[in-house]
Amino acid sequence: MSTTPAAAEFKKEATTLSKDLTHRAFIRGALKKYEVARDSKKARFQDWQQARNAASEIKWQAINHLDTHLADFARNLEARGAKVHWASTGEQAREIILGIVREKKAKAIVKSKVMTGEEVHLNDALEKAGFEVVESDLGEYIVQLRHEAPYHFVFPAMHLTRGQISELFTKELGTAPTNSPEELTMIARRVLRNKYITADIGITGANFAIAETGMISITDNEGNARLTCALPKTMITLMGIEKVLPKLEDLALFLPMLATAGAGQLMTGYNTMYGGPKQPGEADGPEEFHVVLLDNKRTSLLASAEQRDALQCIRCGACLNVCPIYKNIGGHTYGTTYQGPIGAVITPKLRGLQEWSHLSFASSLCGACTQACPVKIDLHHHLLQSRRDARAQKPVWWEKLAFQGAAILFTNAWMFDLGMKLGRIGQIFHPLIKGTPLDPALAWTKSRELPKVAPETFREWWNHRK
Amino acid sequence: MNERENILGRIREALSVPAQKPGGHDHASEKPCGDCASKEARPVTAWLPLVGEAFEEQVELFAKNSKELTTDFRLVASEEELRACLAEIAQAEGWKKIATHAGALTGEAAAALGLPVLHTDGGYDVCELEQCDAGISACDALVAQTGGVLVTSQSAGGRALSVLPPHHVVLARREQLVPDLTAAFALLKAKYQGAYPSMISFITGPSRTGDIERILVLGAHGPKKLTVLCV
Amino acid sequence: MKVTLFIPCFIDACFPKAGASVVQILERLGHTIDYPQELTCCGQPAFNSGYWEETRPVAAKVLARLKDAEVVVIVSGSCGAMIKNFYPELFKDTPQEADALRLSAKCYEFSDFLVTKLGVTDLGAQFPHRVTFHDGCHGRRELGLKAQPRALMAAVRGLQLVEMEEAETCCGFGGTFSAKFPMISSAMGEGKVASALETEAEYIVSNDSSCLMHIQGLIDRQGKPLKTIHLAEVLNNR
Repeated sequence: MSTTPAAAEFKKEATTLSKDLTHRAFIRGALKKYEVARDSKKARFQDWQQARNAASEIKWQAINHLDTHLADFARNLEARGAKVHWASTGEQAREIILGIVREKKAKAIVKSKVMTGEEVHLNDALEKAGFEVVESDLGEYIVQLRHEAPYHFVFPAMHLTRGQISELFTKELGTAPTNSPEELTMIARRVLRNKYITADIGITGANFAIAETGMISITDNEGNARLTCALPKTMITLMGIEKVLPKLEDLALFLPMLATAGAGQLMTGYNTMYGGPKQPGEADGPEEFHVVLLDNKRTSLLASAEQRDALQCIRCGACLNVCPIYKNIGGHTYGTTYQGPIGAVITPKLRGLQEWSHLSFASSLCGACTQACPVKIDLHHHLLQSRRDARAQKPVWWEKLAFQGAAILFTNAWMFDLGMKLGRIGQIFHPLIKGTPLDPALAWTKSRELPKVAPETFREWWNHRK
Repeated sequence: MNERENILGRIREALSVPAQKPGGHDHASEKPCGDCASKEARPVTAWLPLVGEAFEEQVELFAKNSKELTTDFRLVASEEELRACLAEIAQAEGWKKIATHAGALTGEAAAALGLPVLHTDGGYDVCELEQCDAGISACDALVAQTGGVLVTSQSAGGRALSVLPPHHVVLARREQLVPDLTAAFALLKAKYQGAYPSMISFITGPSRTGDIERILVLGAHGPKKLTVLCV
Repeated sequence: MKVTLFIPCFIDACFPKAGASVVQILERLGHTIDYPQELTCCGQPAFNSGYWEETRPVAAKVLARLKDAEVVVIVSGSCGAMIKNFYPELFKDTPQEADALRLSAKCYEFSDFLVTKLGVTDLGAQFPHRVTFHDGCHGRRELGLKAQPRALMAAVRGLQLVEMEEAETCCGFGGTFSAKFPMISSAMGEGKVASALETEAEYIVSNDSSCLMHIQGLIDRQGKPLKTIHLAEVLNNR
């Protein structure tokens, strides 16, 4: 198999984690809780499937009129005093944000969850430039302290036990060890409260961008985004251009669907729309509000005749939660910002087909993701298409040869018949080499017994009947 | 300006390619595929959780949702009773200082407590707000379908009042109960006529997190307690 | 009616009894069987591996031979999905696209054929055992199968069906995936076996032998007291 460094790393990590029974049990336990909650909220919908149809339709129309909606969004937002910036690349996004931060002579920055920030390595850039950046979302704060990437883009610290978090806090914050999730949360609350109050800049992401009214919509459970957008004098939102929704009332459908599919809640704790900096007469709020719109190869996904719908993604994480591969290899193994099925679909397009197509091969194409997606993205079909595109661009010579040979074998039944007969003989000797480097079926026999060619194949049985 | 034109240009070029609509491969839905194709054009309220039409049904649903979210929801008969409830809570929790904003319900209710009050209208000192035991605000609506409270930076004393103090108390009127989110958005449109406040927020329950072993903990950063007193 | 049978390569080689059971069941119902021996494979391995060029000769042969069939029954969820759902995609914008769509319309997976097309659920079978059912992914999510196998099992005398928690979770076979990422594949399969063991069933039944082949391979390696059997064999047991 063609192997890029990313692919080799992936295979190594995946193999290790697949055998880690503790990890497997822990993740399954966590996701089981989610499944129960999700199913109970889905059941409250009068018709979840029709809700998916409606959501898919709205998002499809939205991305197919993306230029109009983005222009409207920007215009409406700017009319109320916000500044809209356009970044074609991650580098431009970083430069814009660094520019604002430098201009404000910021000393401390607080962030709510920004996946696009992860995507463009924003924290790194800010820290290298000498600015303190603190993640306010508890899960993000924890992985920031551990200097690791988020394990899941909705539940960043899903892989950690309370014991590990307690140890982390003791090491980094000097707090006493504790076994209580409540106490651990309160530790983070105390630390972060001070950060909200003293931060000059709040950086956020956005779940949606409403074209009609020029507002961004942010969803959080902890209230950390609410605080990030309330107290600092400057607010900066970084978001992908595909986040648009045409109308404000579209949120009446999307907010409950995001919460249900993403976390098994009917509504997330805080669903907040921001339409500008502090307006005259308001008690508080940032004096400056900047929105940075990021392309970073999204337009090439948009140009894809087959995979445009991948831009409909609302980043709920439902596909991760149902993916049997994700459940066995965990989020870090993907080695890239977006994990799970959606990550496997968009990463080759955003970061390079040959380098990342292994993600599309690391799937049994079970389709659970497509079934779970609230906006009906044809996820597993896109994985198939990515495989085709990767091989068409750069075939693996021995695979190509093997399938050409297979085509001959399978279109000449007498060869196939002969093959089965030979297999029946060969399998007598197979036990001698089973499990050894000489075993041609080693990939299988490492962990499983091989099926046997039957004493009488179907065609032999059929012909003997006559 | 340049990047804006670049990006919009790339979008237009991309959209000149006709693309395949999704959803054609979703065969696992409970409905047979024929129904998937006939996406009935009905308003989304037809698919979202059902809400009864009568006030009693709606308030019952709001109460049920509140209980599930651990929002303390109390329907009171008069403004007097409302003030009594508030005083009871203040005493039980040992409030020393509260924050509020000017308003028909909030002004009197907060004053009646006889505690030092920080008013956020016209600006305030954040450190002082941080010291307050409770934030008392009005709201724009109560949403039966979700058990949520709709506030804005204009109706609820700014952005921080409803989220910084550890206890958020909402003072609402019965007429403010709306059936669902669709109705809430319609209300916003009618009320603000395009001159929207800079922040609009649906608050659904107290602050919470499940980030540690998926165990629910309240009061992660925002209020640990949310109380709704409805007169 | 005249039923044309598509027998997948692994049924032919390793699980002929499943195919034989289908023949016997359909003949008992009064239908004549047409078995095109020149067809051996639906082309899915090459297709799933991204080699669509190399798939087309194999698939084209299937298309050509089945063109005049009255109805086609496929003894596998995954091959059924390949022919019914993916051939139109494979031949999109080619001269054979129309043929692929026509074939798709007259293809049925075996249990779907019995229940949906023939309206038959009781085949007079008996299978006095405690069983659990594995919903193969292609059958479940590409072909929408769920009720059909269960309707058929409900009519089998003595059969006690106990649903496993992970009935619809992928077993991890995934065709070439099982060889490309064997450890992930096996980890997924172990989850399936564990879920089946919880039901204390004697048999795991499925309408997809490729899944069963993988699951049985893991069961045998682990030495667990569990057997796998194709749905057709259960329905043919009298």
